[in-house]
Amino acid sequence: MKLDIKLSGVGGQGILSIATVIGEAATAAGLHLKQAEVHGMSQRGGDVQSDMRLSTDAICSDLIPLGQADLIISMEPMEALRYLPYLAPKGAVITSGKPLVNIPNYPDEAALLAELDALPHVVRADIEALAREHAMPKSANMILLGMAAPSLQQLLSEEQLRDAISRVFARKGMEVVGANLEAFKLGLETARNR
Amino acid sequence: MAEKHLLLGDEAVALGALHAGLSGVYAYPGTPSTEITEYIQQSPFARERGVRSRWCTNEKTAMEAALGMSYAGKRALVCMKHVGMNVCADAFVNAAVTGVKGGLVVLAADDPSMHSSQNEQDSRFYGKFAMVPILEPSDQQEAYDMMAKAFALSEQLRLPVLMRLVTRLAHSRAAVQTAAPAAQNALEPDNERTHWVLLPGNARRQYASLVAKQPEIAACAAQSAFNSLQIPKVSDLGVIAAGIAYNYVRESAPAGLPILKVSQYPLPVQQVRELAAHCTSLLVVEDGQPFVEEQVRGFFGADYPVRGRLSGELPRTGELTPDCVAAALGVSGGPAFADARNLAPRPPQLCQGCGHRDVYTALNQVAAEYPDARIFGDIGCYTLGALPPFRAIDSCVDMGASITMAKGAADAGVYPAIAVIGDSTFTHSGMTGLLDAVNDGSDITVIISDNLTTAMTGGQDSAGTHKFEAICLALGVEREHLHVVVPLPKNMEEITRILREEINYHGVSVIIPQRECMQTLGRKLRQKKQEMK
Repeated sequence: MKLDIKLSGVGGQGILSIATVIGEAATAAGLHLKQAEVHGMSQRGGDVQSDMRLSTDAICSDLIPLGQADLIISMEPMEALRYLPYLAPKGAVITSGKPLVNIPNYPDEAALLAELDALPHVVRADIEALAREHAMPKSANMILLGMAAPSLQQLLSEEQLRDAISRVFARKGMEVVGANLEAFKLGLETARNR
Repeated sequence: MAEKHLLLGDEAVALGALHAGLSGVYAYPGTPSTEITEYIQQSPFARERGVRSRWCTNEKTAMEAALGMSYAGKRALVCMKHVGMNVCADAFVNAAVTGVKGGLVVLAADDPSMHSSQNEQDSRFYGKFAMVPILEPSDQQEAYDMMAKAFALSEQLRLPVLMRLVTRLAHSRAAVQTAAPAAQNALEPDNERTHWVLLPGNARRQYASLVAKQPEIAACAAQSAFNSLQIPKVSDLGVIAAGIAYNYVRESAPAGLPILKVSQYPLPVQQVRELAAHCTSLLVVEDGQPFVEEQVRGFFGADYPVRGRLSGELPRTGELTPDCVAAALGVSGGPAFADARNLAPRPPQLCQGCGHRDVYTALNQVAAEYPDARIFGDIGCYTLGALPPFRAIDSCVDMGASITMAKGAADAGVYPAIAVIGDSTFTHSGMTGLLDAVNDGSDITVIISDNLTTAMTGGQDSAGTHKFEAICLALGVEREHLHVVVPLPKNMEEITRILREEINYHGVSVIIPQRECMQTLGRKLRQKKQEMK
């Protein structure tokens, strides 16, 4: 059994923290794991992505082949669309719906969201707005992870993900862990109410 | 006592080296190699053992310091990105002639597809050029396991050993089983002056000895556990898979495909011939340049079909992907969805509030008054000044080229010739160019945009911080034509005035806009906050 996940977003949005939590949960669960990312340029407001491969069997390629990503998890809607060629026929896209416009030629928002919504399996929400509304401004990425959790079920349970969040953010203190767990729960509810 | 860790390829190299009894790592930051040295710098185990790990000024000083540690009998690691091999090549090639004492491993992290580089050069050619063993791990576990073997091999052969990674291994995480650490070597400097003093008489003997070692080096590769030939059944096609390519081949390989896995060089000729004898054609799958493919073609000539990057089965440029490898193997696959329509590129930009922005704003304003101005750029965050909205630089070639190209262009009559260089790049290889300019009285204006760090690679210490004025004066830059300014919007008038004055001065001028990088400043403030809690 396997799960291939494309993570994407803009530098600084915390996409790699999501990868760290999933990685921690997968490792504790004894799954095979490979996670590739590109460093360096991405810090400066450029697009960021990471390939995460989880499996009960040994994994060969670090990179996900075209058409095999079971999930695209994205902090930004255009960045979700960027990896469409990697999406499996039955794959799901879990994404923020709020564009981050830091380039002069960003596509028309309505057209972009329409293209997203036309996909067979999409869950999108304005995670930044949700984070602000619930006084957890730094935890938008954990809301996204909560939204993705139902799609990770076959290999990782909600509890395993929660435990991973607690371990990963432990050194930042109980408040941060608490906020992130709340955010995760919010994401789960958001996904369920779609 | 075996443990399992989730490690980047870079981290696997670092931990493997520490567990192999490393005494010093010498490196200059360079994507995708930076994390190796950072891991060692942050490792409590390394600190306990007194492992030296401070960043070096450039890859040549790093290579030579490592050679010095090796001369003294201890194990040293040198790390760099592929173009760093160009900088340390003199020391690297000659270290194979002197030979080594304590194990010396040179780790080159190549960047096929140039995610953050100027070219795709393949470091394996350097290993062949220097006539030393090359190791090319296929995954994170192998990267860890190879370190102990690499140091042992280096001491057995008394030669530096080149290890080559690519971006997709360096920056990919997987679980690695680790082993018990070995002790460091004792201090035992080499006494053989005839090996180490490369006067022609000695050098000829040493070189002959290096040539004579080649069969032994080849035998080590032929017997290496890192190379393996599997011929499960008869097949028309046989595949040679080098380094990370082995993963991509196994990802989509049809059952029973004969595969020769290559992770140690020189290329195991016997095994290549054996594979060829069982098949009717070979496909060579390797990341980077056709290093293996060229050699294999050389064995068989026109009589036996060898395919790969040179024949078009695989793309000649760019990194390997599981998709292009699957296509080359004749395995169908591909996207289920077409490219999205509502897309735009999102390139990196200078951070909001970055001092380089103010430098380019001032420079653009003044340069607009001089239609023949040429601005020679260099390598760092400030290279992003080439992109909109600044579009400020005319060239960017290699570390330090800004100053020296400006000098050469000025010699030819270009006026004004302006160079923009960062602080780390300046100490890396800008100082010597500035000295040339001073000695020749060149008409250039040099801007050292000092953000007190090596920023693009993640904010490492910069070698010359707080020393630039003194360095420039010592090199002979005139006091009246050396200025330090603070690049902020409120200082635009002052900065543009100084720029104009110095462009109008027909000699060497240096302007140092100095303001700390926003990223490192932010990190320091956050750290302080944490400590105060």
